[in-house]
Amino acid sequence: MASHVLACLNLWSWLVLLVTLQCPFAAAYLDLPNNNATSAYEPGSHDATGSVQDERLHVFKVDYDSVQIPYEVTLWILLASLAKIGFHLYHRLPNLMPESCLLIAVGVLVGAIIFGTDHKSPPAMTTNIYFLYLLTPIILEEGYFMPTRPFFENFFSILWWSVLGSLVNAFGIGLSLYGICQIKVFGLTDVTLLQNLLFGSMISAVDPAAALAVLEEASANEQLYMMIFGESLLNDGITVVLYDIFIAFTQMHRYEDIEAVDVLAGFARFFVVGLGGVLFGVVFGMVSAFMTRFTQNISAIEPLLVFMFSYLSYLAAETLYISGILAMTACAVTMKKYVEENVSQNSYTTIKYFMKMLSSVSETLIFVFLGVSTVGKNHEWNWAFVSFTLLFCLIWRVLSVFALFSISNKFRTYPFTVKDQLIIAYSGLRGASSFSLAFLLPISLFPRKKMFITATIVIIYFTVFIQGITIGPLVKYLDVKKTNKKESINEEIHVRLMDHLKTGVEDVCGHWSHYQLRYKFKKFDNKCLKKILTREKEPKSSIVSLYKKMEIKQAIEMAESGMISSTAIPHCANYNNGLSPEEVESMRNMLAHNLYQVRQRTLSYNRHNLTTEASERQAKEILIRHQHSLKQTMRKGNSLPLGRMVPVPQAAAAHVAKPEKYLDVCTFICMEGDFPQNSGNGEERVNSRSATRRFLKQGLGEGGAPPLGFHLEASPGYPGVGESSSAPCLSIFSYRGGLTLQAVPNSFAVSSLMLTAGSARLGGGRSRTG
Amino acid sequence: MGSFHSRSEEVQELADKTGFTSDQIEHLHRRFKQLSGDQPTIWNLRQAPGGLADEINFEDFLTIMSYFRPIEMDMDEEQLDRFRKEKLKFLFHMYDSDHDGKITLQEYRKVVEELLSGNPHLEKESARSIADGAMMEAASICVGQMEPDQVYEGITFEDFLKIWQGIDIETKMHVRFLNMETIPHCH
Repeated sequence: MASHVLACLNLWSWLVLLVTLQCPFAAAYLDLPNNNATSAYEPGSHDATGSVQDERLHVFKVDYDSVQIPYEVTLWILLASLAKIGFHLYHRLPNLMPESCLLIAVGVLVGAIIFGTDHKSPPAMTTNIYFLYLLTPIILEEGYFMPTRPFFENFFSILWWSVLGSLVNAFGIGLSLYGICQIKVFGLTDVTLLQNLLFGSMISAVDPAAALAVLEEASANEQLYMMIFGESLLNDGITVVLYDIFIAFTQMHRYEDIEAVDVLAGFARFFVVGLGGVLFGVVFGMVSAFMTRFTQNISAIEPLLVFMFSYLSYLAAETLYISGILAMTACAVTMKKYVEENVSQNSYTTIKYFMKMLSSVSETLIFVFLGVSTVGKNHEWNWAFVSFTLLFCLIWRVLSVFALFSISNKFRTYPFTVKDQLIIAYSGLRGASSFSLAFLLPISLFPRKKMFITATIVIIYFTVFIQGITIGPLVKYLDVKKTNKKESINEEIHVRLMDHLKTGVEDVCGHWSHYQLRYKFKKFDNKCLKKILTREKEPKSSIVSLYKKMEIKQAIEMAESGMISSTAIPHCANYNNGLSPEEVESMRNMLAHNLYQVRQRTLSYNRHNLTTEASERQAKEILIRHQHSLKQTMRKGNSLPLGRMVPVPQAAAAHVAKPEKYLDVCTFICMEGDFPQNSGNGEERVNSRSATRRFLKQGLGEGGAPPLGFHLEASPGYPGVGESSSAPCLSIFSYRGGLTLQAVPNSFAVSSLMLTAGSARLGGGRSRTG
Repeated sequence: MGSFHSRSEEVQELADKTGFTSDQIEHLHRRFKQLSGDQPTIWNLRQAPGGLADEINFEDFLTIMSYFRPIEMDMDEEQLDRFRKEKLKFLFHMYDSDHDGKITLQEYRKVVEELLSGNPHLEKESARSIADGAMMEAASICVGQMEPDQVYEGITFEDFLKIWQGIDIETKMHVRFLNMETIPHCH
């Protein structure tokens, strides 16, 4: 109750602040006519010397002109930020509507002010500003934060869907609208085919940030998430390419001049532009990764390198009329992997935050321009055009989704259900890109530009507000396949057990080496690319650096009270009456907090916020527990296990420490135990259980010399080091060159293996129907 | 299995038994060889209490893996149900370590303790209470209202099925064998 009151108070104080901010804002606009009026009479008033009139030295002077544009832009951004703060203060609001709604509302507000005060020359968006400054941070941020593994696993589906989806949508909408335009009643006959096609390509640019937020909130399955995300990523590039091609066509003066060869050239250009862009991006990414290799001593320029190279890739690609967007995306994706290994922790954080900030600013500005355009005089309303555009957008989206997915489902191991497809169809929200492209239409080629702008704005409003707000309830209603909500302790336990089991078995079967292509790439990567692009490291230092990183984090954590809370659960003395809901809840919480999440594969994506990565959290957890168990070990009088490491074969070291991989981290903690100097003769099971952990990780299936030993933590469990802890994990280690499966105590995966095998022997065979 | 003599026959036999295709069997066999270092069996080093085998050979390996097959598109209701039962039976065995067909409180406790064992913050007491609570819950689901002096023996397989009713096991408990690619060998 008190917190509610507090929240309300906060809300009020924020509102007051907002209003007070508006005053100088409005005042700035009001002042303008006066200033303009006076300066008209005093042409030389700015000169220090030549004042012809009876100018005295003014103690106070207002000079708004020179700072007008930055001033106003800054005010807009601040206003949007304040609005966002307020938005998040009131807890229910983010659940109701997406953040884009808020930004549009802010834009409309600003537009209203500008319109109301009759501002003479508001900052306007031009082609250059948009394509060079506003679009780039958004693209860069999308590319950089893309979760690579799910993306590449679904790569072909995503490619198929985005490319063909955009094309189908663009041409479909364009052609249908052209059909409508032919009908004389609507008064649209002067809109040519090309213009319609161009409009179609513009309006099919999707911006599903809102949909993604909703899906993530509803814990929808990863594949669905990835499809929508991937689509948005590639869609921008494709739309712009189409846009350029069509503008080029329009500029060829006459419709009749366009021959078949031009159309073919258009196709070819599409591919050249697209693929060339990607290639460009990859090259630039490599170069920048290479440069970060040498920046140990001047880590302050690392973020600079990252940003400048990405931007350069964009610009260079644009010079050659190749898709800069795709170049930048490819650059970000390539660069990220190696740069993250090379740069210092601070630079890494800086890069992430700065990117988010820039993209957030860009998006805000674009939406402000959208709002400004809404409340303005540059509209031309045409019922037929607008309503049919809306209709066709929806129809074609649904059609393209169902058509394309029914084909791609045949090739997928995980087909998308009708529900999934419905969600994908519904998540076709339009946003900033469509508006910008509409706004930047050259008026000379498009005499009815205003009508296009109006139509675009209507579509954006419709999709963002209506679809954005209703997609949440829709997802819940459809009950998209999601992570199970556990309602009882039993369920929680069982499902966890099964997750662990499954992961263990997956690793035993080598599931992670699922895709040969990916595996090949990894090998190539390890052999060549990493050597060139990442810094020289001593073989063990990646473990040590990871450990150091986590130690620092943990030290900070310890200063706060952030350690895992061990809630005491109420002791159930009275079993006969059943468990009260609170007890159930607390038990579930305890289970949930104290069991690791099985490897989560997708990182969540949110344009407006940075979320902690699951792997970071897990790494932190591991570290904390490791520390604790170390303390326990020390108390028991054993020798301090840290620090001694046996030199690992080079091949194994190559597979060492990627913090993302939970698997690896587990093992590294384990590797920091005592190593037997020479376990060549096998029976080295000193100290029983720890022995199983004292071997080098080789990774399942990733080669190397007959190992000294190799150890695999197959099922994520507790990598506790030391005698006292045991963990559900699978330990495969080898000695004497032979591989053995060691069931570490409490190894679910292997217990089950051995168990079922055992029961087969005991029970005299199992039938499959058993 | 060192060398397949009548290889295709053996593969066919296995395929019939486990439901894998011959491709998948080949792949799993390669995997098995890798794990076992070209020996016929995979050894279990732990001095296991009863019920755990000392070694498993390829056939056992395959049988176990067959529990993790994903559901196929063309399965009908009855097959799906059977599939589900098998998977749940597998899980049931994991709890029921003495194979008497019932999960007793002790066994359940053991499992929960293992699950939570690595966490140094949690005492055994809490793990116990959780297990007890879970057992109680199971009792209430399966038997309904209990008399004060009625003792709940243990979770039988039918009860287990009841508990699992709402949970979707088919999509979770599977490993995608479908597109297993060759795993490069160790040099």
